[in-house]
Amino acid sequence: MNLPVPVPFTPAAPAELSIALAVSALLFGLGIVGFLSRRNMIIMFLCTELMFQGAALAMIAFARQYMDVSGQVFVIFILTVAAAEAALALALVVLLYRCRETLNSEAWSDLGEGGA
Amino acid sequence: MTTLLAAIPKATIAPELSWLGLAILLPLVSAVVCALAGAFRCKNKFPAVVTSIALGASFVVILQAYLAYSGPVVVPIFQWIEFAWGSGGAFKSFEANCSLYIDSLTLFWMLFVTGLGTLITVYASEYMEGDRGKGYARFFFGISIFLFSMSSLVMGDNLVMLYLGWEGVGLASYLLIGYDYHRPSAVAAAKKAFIVNRIGDLGLALGIFMLWANYGTLQYDELFAAMNAGGQSSVDWDISVIPFLLMLGAFGKSAQFPLFVWLPDAMEGPTPVSALIHAATMVTAGVYLIARMFPFFELHPDALATVAWIGAGTALLAATIGMRQFDIKRVFAYSTISQLGYMFLGLGVGTTFGACYHTFTHAFFKALLFLTAGAVMHGFAGQLDLRKLSGLRHMPGWKIVSWTMFIGCLWLAAFPWTAAFYSKDVILLKALTSERWDFVLLGWVGLFTAALTAYYTFRVWFRVCAGPVKYEMGAESHGAEHDGHDAHDGHAPAAHAVDSHAAHPHAPRWCINGVLIILAIGAIAAGIPAYREVFFHEPNWAQEMMAHSSAVDGAGLGAAHADPHGSSSGSPDGSHHATVLGMDAHTGLAVVGSAASIGGILIAFVLHLRSRSSADRLLAWLKTRPLIGWIPGAMEHKWYVDEIYHGAFRLPMWLGAQVLSLGDKHFLDGAIVDGIGKLPILVGKVFRPLYGGVLQGYAVTMAGGVGLVLAWVVWIWLRGFN
Repeated sequence: MNLPVPVPFTPAAPAELSIALAVSALLFGLGIVGFLSRRNMIIMFLCTELMFQGAALAMIAFARQYMDVSGQVFVIFILTVAAAEAALALALVVLLYRCRETLNSEAWSDLGEGGA
Repeated sequence: MTTLLAAIPKATIAPELSWLGLAILLPLVSAVVCALAGAFRCKNKFPAVVTSIALGASFVVILQAYLAYSGPVVVPIFQWIEFAWGSGGAFKSFEANCSLYIDSLTLFWMLFVTGLGTLITVYASEYMEGDRGKGYARFFFGISIFLFSMSSLVMGDNLVMLYLGWEGVGLASYLLIGYDYHRPSAVAAAKKAFIVNRIGDLGLALGIFMLWANYGTLQYDELFAAMNAGGQSSVDWDISVIPFLLMLGAFGKSAQFPLFVWLPDAMEGPTPVSALIHAATMVTAGVYLIARMFPFFELHPDALATVAWIGAGTALLAATIGMRQFDIKRVFAYSTISQLGYMFLGLGVGTTFGACYHTFTHAFFKALLFLTAGAVMHGFAGQLDLRKLSGLRHMPGWKIVSWTMFIGCLWLAAFPWTAAFYSKDVILLKALTSERWDFVLLGWVGLFTAALTAYYTFRVWFRVCAGPVKYEMGAESHGAEHDGHDAHDGHAPAAHAVDSHAAHPHAPRWCINGVLIILAIGAIAAGIPAYREVFFHEPNWAQEMMAHSSAVDGAGLGAAHADPHGSSSGSPDGSHHATVLGMDAHTGLAVVGSAASIGGILIAFVLHLRSRSSADRLLAWLKTRPLIGWIPGAMEHKWYVDEIYHGAFRLPMWLGAQVLSLGDKHFLDGAIVDGIGKLPILVGKVFRPLYGGVLQGYAVTMAGGVGLVLAWVVWIWLRGFN
């Protein structure tokens, strides 16, 4: 894909890339820790969004670094999917809440292999 | 003993005689018709009529062949098995045609096989009538299959056809012993007969393989020619085992010592089957095999001696058991084993003539005896215990049965001037005048056995047919059909009420009586060749029949053809110089043989007719003797042979089977098959905790996996990609 690139658009310095990647890793790490440590389904859902954003930021950073818009295209797709998924996931959470009157994910652990 | 292979006449090819194949084809056709009759639920005597006609026609074919006989012929019917491998040629091709080998030995056998087969079928048509619509067609199917197999056994021109027939008669025997398959004892007896015969058949099969490997052919004529030429072998095997292997087959089929246990149990079959298959014809197949392959029994010096020892031993053993049996059919069964022992003794000491002539005479009188026993069994609702039957000859309608049984017993006891007297005489003479001391000893054993035979035979007759009229009916229920014919058979007591039927014996009618009379006449007529020899000094017909076949070596005429007064030890003519008890051998043996027979009959008369209580007193006295007290009991229990076999073979095999069965259940089935089945479940059990249903658990698994992959990538990166 060889789209015309705007002239003032120049590759970032390596230091800028590492900052962007560090922020991305931080976001992802926050997300995963939150996801693993919390039981509230809405919080867990927010944490997944956080991980999404971490991944998206890494892509933006690489796209900037290598002067390639496909990274940005990916991010647009990710945002779209995340929006659709947010609608679905929140609807699911509402339904699950209506069944068990709680947002605790452990209320549903009897769906697993023999329980834990 | 000199081999007279050159004296075996060479057969000529005679395709124009293919009508002889009818003798094999007709019983097969009748078998098919009987099977169809059974399938269409035929309720009348149609199967019996078809079988009688087919077997009668087959007898006529054989009779015609006998009358037109001029020398051995091979009659090709069709090419059956033929293939070659490699370059073909000797030992690289195999051929077995469906052809007939017709020589005098074949005709000799086929004459009494088809003749007796026809008569016994007629008898069975009445005997089995209670089974019409049930097993009637199945029974005559079995008889037809038997005659088909027996014909191909005797008439086939190669050992493959003989083997086919050999297995076929075994199958027919199995089917007919187990005819009444509702009774567990009949089923067990059928299995026993089949399994014991398998042991013998293994020997026969191995013998046939060995013959092919050594001579490259299984066709009789070519075999004799190849042996005459000295034989050439494709393998480096010891060919002297061939006679022993063939012998094993003969011992199995003819119920000789190690393998005789099946024949007494085979009496579970219907009586016509006992008469035809287990007395007159099938059990003589072993005698036929040895007579046919006689030259090959000289491949090993001790082969014929073994046959003689086994024969004489079996004769004595079976006779002693027969003395203490109470079931009439069992007594006759043991007498059959004993008489077969005589035939093998005859073959062993080298007189095929004596053996085959005895087979011939035995076929008639033993079939007669069995058929009389069958008539008694039929009339007395299955009663066969000789202690519970008495005075049959004084009862109305039983005269023919009694007196034909008397003739059968006289013949079996080898009373002087009966046919069996002469045929047994030939065997014993040959044994007693032998140059080998052990054959002389076996001859005396045979004479002693003859006395025992006379005793136990007349024990039956004096008990059952003579004495005061007294009987108990058997337990077999007859069904309503018999009431119908009793009303018009004219022999039944006048005051014969329908409800009292089970309590009254009913005498046989003409299908049974007629056959008994014909067989009695046949038994008498079987002596004609001997009478002609003894009184008119004409050559014995049976001897001449043997002398023109492969059994020539023991026919006693082979050497005489060239030199009537030759001193060849292979000829009975040489026996003129020998003596028995200081008399000329012929006279001496006649005297001793008569004495043995009459002595046995007299003892039976005293113990079982004049004073029956004395028999019990004698037995009680014998049982108190310290050293021999166990003998009567052992004889009654058949010398515990069945028990010994049970302990020595059946029990270890059963235990082995249990062990293997456990191994199968727990190792093959349990460890291997079920083990493999359990493997995925076990693996699943290991990983199941990872999927416990806690959402975070899944996430940890995933994160851990990602972390592991990450760590791996980093590790590779640190190592520098190489």
